[in-house]
Amino acid sequence: MSVDENSNTWFGQSILRKEDPAFLTGRGRFVDDLQPDRMLHACIVRSPHAHARIVRIDCVAARAVSGVRAVYAFADLPDALQQKRLPLMSSNPLIRQALTQPVMAKDEVRYAGESVAVVIAESRAVAEDAAALVEVEYESLPAVSDVRKGLAPGAPTVHAGIPDNLVAQVPFVVGDTDMAFQNAARTIQASFDTHRGGGFSMETRGCLAIHDADLNSNTLYVTSQSPHRIKRVLMDMLEYADHEIRVVAPDVGGGFGPKGSFYPEYALISACAMLLGCPVKWIEDRSENFVATQQERDQFWELEVAIDNDAHILGLRGRLIHENGAYVAPLGLILPWIAVTHVQGPYVIPHFNIEMVVAFTNKVPTSPVRGAGRPQAVFVMERLMDKIAQATGLDPAEVRRRNFIQPTQMPYNCQLIARDGKPVIYDSGDYPQAQRRALEMAHYDTFRNKQLAARSKGRHIGIGMASFVEGTGLGPYESATVRVATNGKIVVCTGASPQGQSHKTTLAQICADQLQIAPEAIDIVTGDTGAIAMGVGTFAARSAVNAGSAVHVAGKGVREKAILLAASMLKVSPEKLELKGGFVYNVAQPEQRRSFREIAIYAAGSPGYSLPGAVTPGLEHTAYFQPERSTYSNGCHVVEAEVDIWTGHVTLCGYWIVDDCGRAINPKVVYGQVLGGTAHGIGNALLERLIYDEFAQPLTTTFADYLLPLATDVPHIEIGHIESPSPLNPLGVKGAGEGGTLPATAAIIAAIEDALSPFGVTINEAPISPMRIVELIREAAPAAYA
Amino acid sequence: MKAPPFKYHDPRSKDEALGLISTLEDPCVLAGGQSLMPMLNFRVLAPQHLIDLNRVTELAGVNCDAQVVRVGAMTRQCDLEDNEAVGRAAPLLHAALRHVGHRQTRNRGTIGGSLCHLDPAAELVAAAAALDATLIAEAKGSSRRIPIAEWSTGYLSNALRAGELLTAAEFPVWPEGHCYGFVEYARRSGDFAIVGVAALLALDANGAITGAAVAIGGCTPAPQRALTVEQALIGRKPTNAVFNDVARLASSIEAQSDAFVKADYRRHLARVLTERALSESTREDSR
Amino acid sequence: MKDVRTIKLTVNGKALERSVETRVSLADFLRNDLRLTGTHLGCEHGVCGACTVLLEGKSVRACLMLAVQADGAAVRTVEGLGTPEKLNPLQRAMMEHHGLQCGFCTPGILMTLTEFLERRRGDVPPTQAEVREALSGNICRCTGYQTIVEAVMRVCSESDTKP
Repeated sequence: MSVDENSNTWFGQSILRKEDPAFLTGRGRFVDDLQPDRMLHACIVRSPHAHARIVRIDCVAARAVSGVRAVYAFADLPDALQQKRLPLMSSNPLIRQALTQPVMAKDEVRYAGESVAVVIAESRAVAEDAAALVEVEYESLPAVSDVRKGLAPGAPTVHAGIPDNLVAQVPFVVGDTDMAFQNAARTIQASFDTHRGGGFSMETRGCLAIHDADLNSNTLYVTSQSPHRIKRVLMDMLEYADHEIRVVAPDVGGGFGPKGSFYPEYALISACAMLLGCPVKWIEDRSENFVATQQERDQFWELEVAIDNDAHILGLRGRLIHENGAYVAPLGLILPWIAVTHVQGPYVIPHFNIEMVVAFTNKVPTSPVRGAGRPQAVFVMERLMDKIAQATGLDPAEVRRRNFIQPTQMPYNCQLIARDGKPVIYDSGDYPQAQRRALEMAHYDTFRNKQLAARSKGRHIGIGMASFVEGTGLGPYESATVRVATNGKIVVCTGASPQGQSHKTTLAQICADQLQIAPEAIDIVTGDTGAIAMGVGTFAARSAVNAGSAVHVAGKGVREKAILLAASMLKVSPEKLELKGGFVYNVAQPEQRRSFREIAIYAAGSPGYSLPGAVTPGLEHTAYFQPERSTYSNGCHVVEAEVDIWTGHVTLCGYWIVDDCGRAINPKVVYGQVLGGTAHGIGNALLERLIYDEFAQPLTTTFADYLLPLATDVPHIEIGHIESPSPLNPLGVKGAGEGGTLPATAAIIAAIEDALSPFGVTINEAPISPMRIVELIREAAPAAYA
Repeated sequence: MKAPPFKYHDPRSKDEALGLISTLEDPCVLAGGQSLMPMLNFRVLAPQHLIDLNRVTELAGVNCDAQVVRVGAMTRQCDLEDNEAVGRAAPLLHAALRHVGHRQTRNRGTIGGSLCHLDPAAELVAAAAALDATLIAEAKGSSRRIPIAEWSTGYLSNALRAGELLTAAEFPVWPEGHCYGFVEYARRSGDFAIVGVAALLALDANGAITGAAVAIGGCTPAPQRALTVEQALIGRKPTNAVFNDVARLASSIEAQSDAFVKADYRRHLARVLTERALSESTREDSR
Repeated sequence: MKDVRTIKLTVNGKALERSVETRVSLADFLRNDLRLTGTHLGCEHGVCGACTVLLEGKSVRACLMLAVQADGAAVRTVEGLGTPEKLNPLQRAMMEHHGLQCGFCTPGILMTLTEFLERRRGDVPPTQAEVREALSGNICRCTGYQTIVEAVMRVCSESDTKP
């Protein structure tokens, strides 16, 4: 992965990140680092109850605290905010009760953490002092904590007055599962409890709203993965004109999905800035983060798979119950939708019927976290493959081999409709090869002997594997303007909005290839609605494909324009010209050249002079890449784990990954994404659980209770690559941001179960704790602890 | 998560500190801050007065003699960890300290703070219980000695009376060459243990056990001495078979359930870790 | 009436005197009073390590210290390690090994590693396990830690081992 200094191709090189010098010296500009004059601080008063009526709210004492500028409850909000609710950014007609969240609770709170008032003061500390004095009288209402209980007839409703808690009930059908199951040699049934936690980026959420009454301008700096979408929502909710609001994501300290949504605070704080005529900053503290930021939680699966005598899958059917939380989040149904449409994974499943049931609970709304439903899908499918192996006596790798979609079958139409309304069609990938290489790296063929030897010494080791396919590069588009300014400086503006994905480096590499100038000379501006009008954002592993391709096309456009303009300036035909080092020059006579600066000035036009031919003004070009459909990454994880059966502790002894995300813009960046994604998966398998009691009260509300993986929890990971270029974009790239997370839980749980096979333990749940492992061993083999 | 306002006091001497504690209403003592500051930031506590002991240098310091290791309450955990004399006289303390939090927390955390806070799984408290430590509590004009067995009065509650400050802890020295072991189970490195066991063994010239102390922390608000385990060890040889046998007695320890961990699992760990701590104590470098 | 004290301390070698409310954490003092925003707040309850600074050479969680407790002390923050034009060897190794992604936990990790490297005796490189143990008081949600470990192993293997 060394960098070739002499190459004129930056694509594929692991160049050092342009972002790093600033971050390494404490010069990052995260939203809480922005401190304009006269700034006030907000503290939000949140309901401690999961479900209650607000009988009375009294802000008098709070307003009297010295240093407090204002305290607003629902009744104090501008009319527009009282009447409007959060929008559905991903709407779907199948949502039966599209109950989205209000900006602030009016007379009913529906989850512990829902906001009931906001205090604005000279400091956050004073705002918190005053917040403690806001008096709220609540009348408790019954709360739904377990989504399954909420679906039972007669269960209390999460919102007072609604008929039931059902959000959506959608069948996903391919072929005829009844027929498939009738013809099966055997069927295997299983229920799976999967739980995922939250994104828990190291930086919480926050925003800084600046309102300039003189200039009638509003700027919102916000920890967002998607400033353009935030702007569109704010225009709707606060009725700004397009030119009156600018939304900017400064440096963002991790996103992982939750920062891609819209939240009530963004509208609320924007309104506060207008009402008070001062900049207002709200930074979510970590205890709020546990109750106010969207997260994933429970999914309960009941599945049945039908196989023939050779362990080929004939059909798969079942049901998913997905916990929605108290309101339909702006991202609607996409989390469970993605889960169901990813269950098939890399396998041929001719008949498929899963019913997706989504229901309310009195907790903060659920929304995608890294992987977005795919980890659960991979978990259930891979566990079923292992169960097929156990039932048939075949090796788990062999069962998968018999069912893989073959590379010769690409493009492969799964017959399902993905969350973007497009069909799920795998474009390229070699699933058997990925598995074969991963198993080789892991020395799978010698593992059983190793396992026997360990067992004879009282040690319990196991091996697990999981293959995955991941839809990436989601549309509808991403934007890029490449511009050489009249002073010769180059900037790329894009709607992509990174939170650690290295866009400022990788997109510069792509542009560098077109302009034939070092990436260091190219500035990348991301996540700013003021820099480029149309944009989508960075989430769902979409930016390499969409932003990368848009930059490629825009860069190409500038390159071609530069040549045409220089041809006109040099009076030479365009085919004779080439770009290098900031100049367009005649290859045959290199001293015949024009600098980017000169060409840009020419392109800006001079009164009285026409631009040549059909050339439009400016040495710039704007492009939108609109993918036809998603492009599918894939890979395989193999994990070796040791279980201390006495404590239940799991140690990951070996971890091998083969990853195929198509061509890599910067291999080191891909390495980092796979490693980081896998760490999330380790958390999902062994550590991360959001615990609520039966009254929907959150019990894990600190980093002491909610366990994130530490450096001592992540093993050394070996990664091999396969490159199956995508035919769906000019760069041949696929997304790399989430692949590490998808199969990790499945592979780890499989390894644990394999280690415990002498005890006959079956594990159909994730995450799993040491205490639970001891329980399962005791249940399956009481003599183990004699 | 900003702390609520308080009046801050930073006494420079023990007498000054005792004076403040006896006269101020609702005084809250700040030692290392690793437990107290989170509570202030969460606003679980909102004291009127905060008395910062970090400048009372006379409360820090270690003194080792043949009978006792005396540790000033404000001695930092990292300093105790680096103290070679303590490593020789009371090696169980070093073994326990290795498990306490992370470097960053040990750089500020104090012995006194840990003993006073009384987290049920605190390693230093379990080690103190195994060592039969005596805690010195002083008030203006008085001082008393509190045996560790009487120190805890309930969950996160210690035996200090109004106006009193913990000023030191005394750890009796076990015979040279004694066996010591500390084993805990925590979910992740540096986490609070679910259960932790401190074990000490004294052997006679024939290698038989003449003295045993086994303290189990994390099952109840205060660590418990596993008396039946200790009694069963006397006179026996320190072999793994013996440890396996006596450790079973630990599984009938009193234990509580909470939202995260069930009592059954705690009792199970008590047995497992008792055996492991005893085995650990007879390792070559644990003598 | 706010309870306010005047404190004198050195930060990154520079002597300062400031007036501060006693309840203000050292982290907030550095960020808001001194505008040294490199020290970050990730949890404010002493678990994530994003706020790690060096106090008299020892790594501490700045969110769990009051600014007034730093009176008379020498504090080092990430801003004191190097500049974008002149990164120190640890910073350089982190860059070369892709030891950061979003950058939010990075200052805390750098300070923890600075203490780790300064405490090491002799030229024996640490094991990966020792490096991971040293990092266990800092949470990173982006990198999965491996590239950070690789950066540290690299710094330690270079003949000039002190940062």
